[in-house]
Parts: sequence; C-alpha cells; structure tokens
Amino acid sequence: MINLEVPRKFGPLVAQARQVADEVFRPISRKYDREEHARPKELDMLAAVIDGMTDGSETGGAGATGVRRSANGDGPQGNRNGSNLSTALSVMELCRGDVGLLLSVPRQGLGNSAIASVADDAQLQRYAGRWAAMAITEPDAGSDSAAIRTTAVLDGDEYVLNGEKIYVTAGERAELVVVWATLDRSVGRAAIKSFVVERSNPGLVLDRLEHKLGIRASDTAAFRLEDCRVPREDLLGPPGIEVTNGFAGAMQTFDNTRPLVAAMAVGLTRACLEETRALLREAGVEVDWDRPAARQTAAAAEYLAMDADYEAARLLTLQAAWMADNGTPNSLQASMAKAKAGRTCVDVALRCVRLAGTLGYSEDLLLEKWARDAKILDIFEGTQQIQLLIIARQLLGLSSAQLR
Amino acid sequence: MSVAERSMGLGLRALTRLAGSDVVDRLGVRRPAERAVYRATRDGFRVVDRAGRTFAAARRGSAPARLPTTGGSGGLFDLAPTDEQEMLVAAWRDFAAEQLRPRADEAERATLHDTFREADALGLTMLGVPEELGGAVSERSAVTAILAAEALAHGDAGLAVGALAPAAVATALALWGDADQQATYLPALVGDDVPAAALAIAEPRALFDPQHLETVARPAAGGYVLSGTKALVPRAEDAELLVVAARVDDARPALFVVEPADGGVLVRPDPAMGLRGAAPGRLVLEDVRVHRGALLGEADPAVYAECLARSRVAWAGIAVGVARAVLDHVIPYVNERVAFGEPISHRQAVAFSVSDIAIELEGLRLVTLRAAARADAGLDFAREAALARMLCDQRAATIGSDGVQLLGGHGYVCEHPVQRWYRDLRAVGLMEGVLLA
Repeated sequence: MINLEVPRKFGPLVAQARQVADEVFRPISRKYDREEHARPKELDMLAAVIDGMTDGSETGGAGATGVRRSANGDGPQGNRNGSNLSTALSVMELCRGDVGLLLSVPRQGLGNSAIASVADDAQLQRYAGRWAAMAITEPDAGSDSAAIRTTAVLDGDEYVLNGEKIYVTAGERAELVVVWATLDRSVGRAAIKSFVVERSNPGLVLDRLEHKLGIRASDTAAFRLEDCRVPREDLLGPPGIEVTNGFAGAMQTFDNTRPLVAAMAVGLTRACLEETRALLREAGVEVDWDRPAARQTAAAAEYLAMDADYEAARLLTLQAAWMADNGTPNSLQASMAKAKAGRTCVDVALRCVRLAGTLGYSEDLLLEKWARDAKILDIFEGTQQIQLLIIARQLLGLSSAQLR
Repeated sequence: MSVAERSMGLGLRALTRLAGSDVVDRLGVRRPAERAVYRATRDGFRVVDRAGRTFAAARRGSAPARLPTTGGSGGLFDLAPTDEQEMLVAAWRDFAAEQLRPRADEAERATLHDTFREADALGLTMLGVPEELGGAVSERSAVTAILAAEALAHGDAGLAVGALAPAAVATALALWGDADQQATYLPALVGDDVPAAALAIAEPRALFDPQHLETVARPAAGGYVLSGTKALVPRAEDAELLVVAARVDDARPALFVVEPADGGVLVRPDPAMGLRGAAPGRLVLEDVRVHRGALLGEADPAVYAECLARSRVAWAGIAVGVARAVLDHVIPYVNERVAFGEPISHRQAVAFSVSDIAIELEGLRLVTLRAAARADAGLDFAREAALARMLCDQRAATIGSDGVQLLGGHGYVCEHPVQRWYRDLRAVGLMEGVLLA
C-alpha cells in the first residue's frame, strides 16, 4: 500500500540525527568554516555515537556503511525498509546541521560506502571500523572516470600503483583511501578497479589540501601514488578484466552513494527553508497552504515554489533508497534523485540568501555558508550534467558512444 | 462553434462598435447600452429545463456512512500499489489507450457522450463511496483516485476530466454528505445509469481565490437562494446534479447540492485553451432556490478547505498522466528524427530536455501520491496539496512546453498530440474544484 511517510520504526533514529545536527554540528558550523583544515575534534566523540546508532538500529543503518544491499523482506509482500532508507533519512537530518561536518565524521566516508557496496565478506571484516576516503578524480579525468591514468600492475602478491589523485574528500584524515586505477589502459573501462590503500602506505604521498568555496570543515586532499604497493587481497570486487561489465561493477557503487549525496542536498535545502521561513515570519510574512500562490506575497509564493522542489527532491531520494533496500535496479532513480536534489539545493540556497537580503549575505547567519556549501552537492558523485546524461541514455536506450 | 455562440460573438462585436461611438454619449444611452451587453451575453445561455430524473431517497438513513482511514502500510514506506489497485490501473490504462487516446482529437470538437457512458461502466463513481452505500471501497481511497486520474489522463485529459466529474460529486457526498443527502443522490451516482454531475467552484476572473467567492447563497425561507457564475464546469450542459461553492451570509464559502432541473441554472459552452474533451460549460445561477438540506458539510470551513486540497491533488494526478504521455511520445520521436546526419537524441541539448521531463514528472508524481496517501491515512495534507499544486503550476506547464519544443514545427501542428498536451497542462495548476482525490 502506497505510503510515503518516514517509517515509524525509524522515528527514533531520525530524532537522534536531528539532535546531533542541532546540538553538535550547528554550534561549530561557523568555527570550522573559518578554520579551514583544522580537524573538528568534537566529531571523534560523535563518531562513536553514530557507530552506536548504526549498531543499535534494527536495520543496521545510520551511517555510510548502510548502503550494503541485502534481500530480506520485513513487510507485507516483501516490502523492505532497510538501511539504505534509514541512512538516507539520517543523512538528511545530519546535513540539515552541516554538510562539511558530516563529511568529516570519522568512519562515515564515501569510501566506506564503496567498501560496503562491493567488498566481499572477508574484506568487509578486515576494514570494519576504519574510516575510508574515495579517490577517483585525477587532474585530467573528472566526470570522465573511464579516462583515469593511475595504473595498477600486479607484481607478485602486490599491485603497484602509480598516478595522481585529486579532490579526495577526507583524504588527510581517513585511515584508508579507496583508489581507482586501471590494470590496462588499452582495455578501457573494463580494466578499472578499486584498491583499498592504507593511508600510512609510504607510496601514498599527500601533495596538498585544497582551499574551497564551501564545505571547508571537510579536508580535500591531493595525492601522488609513487610505486605504492598494495596487497592483492585489497582489490575490491573481481580481479579479472571482464570486457562486458567490469566497469559497471565499479559504477554500481554510485547507485548506492548517489542517493546519499542527494540526501545531503535535501538536508541542506531543509536547513535553508527552515531558516528562511523563520525570517519571513519575523518580517510578517506567513505562508498559507490553502490560498493560491498568486494571492500571497511574492516572498510567500517563492517559499512555496522552493518547498515544492524540496519535497520532490526528498521523495525522489527516498524512492531511490527504498528501491535499493528492495533489491530493485535503481540507477535511473538514483540519478534522478541526485540531479533534482543537487540543483534544488543550489537554487534554494541562493534564493534564500536573496530573500534574507544583506542579513542572508552576511556571516551573521549560516545562509551564506549554506549557499557556498550547496554548490559541491551538484558536482561530486557525478555532476548535474553527468546525471542528465545517465538518465537520458537509460530513457532513450542510447549507449555512451551514441549520446556522448 | 455553436450557432448560439457565433451569434453572441457577432452581437458583441456590434455592441463594441456601438460602445465606442460618440453617438451613444450624445444621445445619453450609454447605461442602457451597457445593460444590453449583459442581455446579449446572457442570451448565449440556455436554461437547463430538461425533464431529467428526480432524485429521491428510497430510504432515510439516520447517520451518514463514512470511510475509515487506512493503516498507512503498517508504518512502512512503500511505493507499491496494492494488487487491487494494480488490476484497476491495468483496466484504466487499456481503456485510455483504446477508447480515449484514439478519440482525443474528435473530443475537441464534439461532446463524446458515448465515451462517457462507456467510462461510467468502469465504476469510477464507486471509488470514493463505501460499500454499504453501493460503492466499491471499504477505506479511504484518494490514492486510488489519483491512480485513476493518472491512467485515464494518459489517454486524454479532457475526456478523463469529463469521465471523472461525476465521481467527484459522489466522493463529495461520501465524505461530507449527511444521511439524507447520501440516500438521495448516491444510489443514482453508483447505479447503472450514472447522471452527468459536476463540482463547480471556479469563477471566471483574474487572481480568483476560491476562499473569496462572488457566487452568493442568501438565506431564504426554508433554504437559500444562489446567484453567481461558475467557469469551466465539465459536461455542464448535461449535468443533472451539481455541487456548487457559494458564500453564505458571513462571507464563508460553503458547498451546495443543486439540481439544475429545479430551475434558475443557465448554461452555455465555455470552450477553453484545452480540456475540450470535458465539454466545459459556463454556469449562471439566477436566483436558484435550494432547500436547507442542500447545504453540504454544514458550511464547515475545514470541509471546504479539504475539498479544495483534494481537488488540487486530483488535478496533479491528471498532470502526471498527461506529462507521462508527453514523455512517452517524445522518446521515440527524438530517437527517430534525424538532423545533421544522426538522430537528434544524440545531442545533449535534446537528450537533457528529455531527462528534465522525466525528473520533474517523477517528482510531481511522488509529491501527489504522498498528499493522497496522507489524506487516506487521516493525516493533514494541506502542505502536500499546496506543493503538488505548485509543481503543477511550474513544472507541468514546462513539460507541456518542452514536449512541443522537442518536436519543433511538428509539435506545433495538430498532426501530433503534443500541442494538445501543451494546452491541457496549462490547466492543471489553475483549476479549482471539478475533481476530487
């Protein structure tokens, strides 16, 4: 039976996440926006709390590892509300607090999601409880991740990695880095594999930390891989080069992580809307659900329009996560969620700054920060344009050679 | 254009020339001339005087029957319809594909009475009515109503609206009717010979706010006297039963059950940009007398607000169906249409437009379903209805425009249906009443 409310059983989890956003993230939001590259030590304690939320949850999902797929039904006709959904919901709440800080919570990296998505059980156990960052992008390969040049060559029981990686979120602070590299550049995407590299590996050299428009609480690292030797059992997924669907396996991570990034965008959008609604109320503007928008003030009508896009983005995100929980192929829906949520959060954040005027633009409030933070959410884990490409190829039945 | 309309148009042109003439002022006849404009306009209407059926209660109930709320899927998030809903949707989709889409063009020029008759056989009026009153449901069913609107509108929006119009009246009586009203009208509405019926709220003026009606219900001995004008009422010329919104003495809007055959109801065609298959009509209520028992929902402002919200959600359901029709039409078109040596779908500017249609359509669909599911679960859904309406207004109309744009000049000619969907999708964000989820 169709029902789009937050599952009752996740109520406590959502309430907890909301508390973390209000009591832990918000009070230190501005501090770590100003002190870029300082490690938010307040989060070490929180990481333990989130581990507890994950372990305590009957479905095992509050954090980044909640994206692992399993196939048990827990509802009528096998309807399952599992850890993909609970993770999306808790990420929304946490990012209502602060996106940069969420990305800085130990053990909640996108690398953890990647490991949870594709690791075998032995690997899962080996990396349990460790913080993993994700290294895909290179100076000359951004959206075109099949064009990466970092190479991996098997030498005895080790792969030897060489190349350059940039834009590694939490790369400095994490304990592991999931590195994408190619086994054979002549083969193309089928040869691309991911490797779990210890941050302490001497072949993984930190080059610099970026200075960014937003999410400054989160460190963004650039690495060089110089004859970086990785044990062969740290290759994620099948080691062979399957020309048919090797790359698809690697890309499968995105089906699970895109709804999470969409959830981040939804949470940030919520923050902007709540703040703006309070400011409008102080200014004497109330939003009326019953009256036609054209009969309300321009500000109220604009709020309605923004709230409508927010709601669409939020439900698209929950849909993608719900499909993942139920083992339904969701790459179309994951990309729709990411595209809608990414563009909505930028659009809403910028409009909210405008509605709040100089107050919204100043550092007195967090609106201007959220507007800066928002932009990354329409870029990482696949830009808006990449999402539109993926969606179009699926709908139109076109290959990447036909629709470039 | 009917003969009556044509003559009215000619009359107005003559009057406009007269109104601009100095002669009128010199002779001091401007006021009478202006009154004549009213007559000329009014004369385009005909009085509803058909010897229709009489509605009478076979037996009087003591308490109205009300549908219980749903359990909300056991507290779980769920996007899967029930088995029963899936079966119904399959039947509606077939009907839309076989009966509505092929006749959509014809329906723009003439009222398809036979199609409405066939649609009646689908039992649409029973979807909001409890089993004990001859309906088909045992709990609230706004979600089912949305699925019906979506499936039928995929065939044709105008015909879907016309086919669903009596269902809105049946649902209104089930939700807010008292025992007498239910006993009087529901047997006919859920029977074999479904009367044309409509829920009339909208009035023809800019910035119309359904909370501020010009249609008035003045108290009179034993009841009320209704006066006013209602716009775009589906199948108005055939309607045997109306639910009409009017303000009562303290300016509060309320709903009244009106039988046009009782007199005072004038109707003329109200052809519009789109939704033409619904055979929309303009109603003028000229001192229509109704008895006290015609007041629906005891003039409770909460009932009226709920009626508006349910109506907006239902229009969003229509929007979803039409938008899906657009998407289904443009996908093969852009794949087959060749320009510069390859299908135009190989160009990002074209492909991304298709992606955007799909994204906004899916978002609108989920927001609409959430509003309906909340209504069924007995939760407040004012916000969700407002958001669905906003998406209809902003996104659905854009989908209509993009649909034409993707076909270029071909989209602008009537050979392809996208131009009709462009016209239909302009309606979904501005209509009030007519349908109920």
